[in-house]
Amino acid sequence: MSCWQTIQDYGLRALGHGERLLPRSDFTLCQQFTLIGSGLMWNIYFGVLALLAGFILANALAVAKGANHPLLRKPAEWFIFIFRGSPLFIQFFFGYFLFLSLKGVSPVFTPFTSAALGALVVLFFNTAAYSAEIFYGALRSVPKGDIEAADAYGFSGWTRFRRIVWPTAMRLAWPAYTNEAIFLFHATVLVFFSGFPAWQQKGDALYYASYFADKTFNPFIPYPILAGYFILLTLLIIGVFGLINRHLNRHLPQDSRPRLRFRPNLIR
Amino acid sequence: MFSYCTDPAALSGLTWLSCYLTTGKHMALYWSFGTVLTLLAITAPTALALGFAGASAARSRIRPLSWLGKFYIAIVRGVPDIAFFLFFVIALDQGIEYLRHKVKCPDWSEPIRQGNDFVVCSAAKMPLSTASQWQHDVYGFALAVVTFAIVFGAFAANVLFGAMRAVPHAQIETAEAYGMSPRQAYWRVLVPQMWIYALPGLGNLWMVLIKATPLLFLLGISDIVYWARELGGAKTARFTDYPHPDWRMWYFLALLVFYLGFTKLSEMVLERLTRRLSHGQATAGGEALRKAAT
Repeated sequence: MSCWQTIQDYGLRALGHGERLLPRSDFTLCQQFTLIGSGLMWNIYFGVLALLAGFILANALAVAKGANHPLLRKPAEWFIFIFRGSPLFIQFFFGYFLFLSLKGVSPVFTPFTSAALGALVVLFFNTAAYSAEIFYGALRSVPKGDIEAADAYGFSGWTRFRRIVWPTAMRLAWPAYTNEAIFLFHATVLVFFSGFPAWQQKGDALYYASYFADKTFNPFIPYPILAGYFILLTLLIIGVFGLINRHLNRHLPQDSRPRLRFRPNLIR
Repeated sequence: MFSYCTDPAALSGLTWLSCYLTTGKHMALYWSFGTVLTLLAITAPTALALGFAGASAARSRIRPLSWLGKFYIAIVRGVPDIAFFLFFVIALDQGIEYLRHKVKCPDWSEPIRQGNDFVVCSAAKMPLSTASQWQHDVYGFALAVVTFAIVFGAFAANVLFGAMRAVPHAQIETAEAYGMSPRQAYWRVLVPQMWIYALPGLGNLWMVLIKATPLLFLLGISDIVYWARELGGAKTARFTDYPHPDWRMWYFLALLVFYLGFTKLSEMVLERLTRRLSHGQATAGGEALRKAAT
């Protein structure tokens, strides 16, 4: 069987298209590359959607945490503490079983017991909490002079926030937020190892990598393939976020622009 | 556990709960919290030692050693850590068995990798197939500890490497001006001063380590996640004296609360440690302490 045939059979396997049975014996390198790459689509799906939705919620949470009124501040503080203070792995388990119980109450929650939606919700809340902490710190470190200048020009209230405070905070937060995005993509591999089931063996990249490692009892091929894919993904994220960073700092002279630095990623 | 627990079916309310929460399996769940704490207690110093070795190697003036240290720090970046956990447990196990095989069975002629199987002679099996269950458990736990230490050692090395560079350079120059050799300057001036710079990073790492402990479950250890899944599942009266519906949600809620409490406690301890280490340091925190004292 040629490699092109394998790609046609298994290229979209993670979404449920193509060959139904996974390879069972005589594993080729091509099969491992194709299937693990196919699973990577789930990681990208979870990462991109959670990041986009999380960005909006994180901004709201950061502003709420910085608010003076305790009714706004306290809930935001608790939300951030709960999601940053507990392991994502336990959050996945808890989320899955919570949705499973809610399913008994109302059929509205049935789709949430699937990984595609339920895990996405957990990841969305998790990344929102982590990013909110970053944005909160950035909002607090907006230079005093910027705000005074805005006041002097007659900006106030919402306009001042939208035109002066928020863009400056984003500029300050962006390097840390890039690392958060990288964390998030790495955290997506946990999904199918927590409660969420992989229906019809439609799993993510790590799911297939561990499938091959279990079947061949040889971890030295699938995991390095997975690592290679993730290094490429990480470089892609750095590239995209670097472009946004350049756009955010386009008013600064060339050499004083802050450069993005790739920091080590940690588990949450 | 209690004397009134002999007939659980007749109990109700709090007495039922008190009996239910003290069954043998629940005791195993409580012991597994001990497993988690043991893992933390062994891993944290080991990872710190590995990290110190890695950071020292990366700073070394001998090129290959410095490359080795930098490679160790860099390898754990860019790849999801869970992949490392899954990889190292199998790789370490196979590595140990391979070495034992080479030593114990030198006249074995068949290849070790036969298609999809990894075959070593029975004398090289680790632990031996005749070993008792607890030896298997201890071996599995030891593999998990080593895996955690390797991964977190790389993170710690990165933090310590940064901290060593954060110590003001003038301090080293002064030490050398007093006639200390590079080795003396390293041990007597650099190392005692770097901890305050390393503490925020190490504190962060400790939090991350706490939050990584449920991953023990993925390494095949019967830890709290395993028991929570096991005990929480729906039980019918045929198999247990304490039938109940699916309670896994509540078990995981309890785990969530445990981790939140643990994180909060660590935060408080770290806060105090930072104050202590700031004494007499040339940092803003140390300056504040000095001002408060005079």
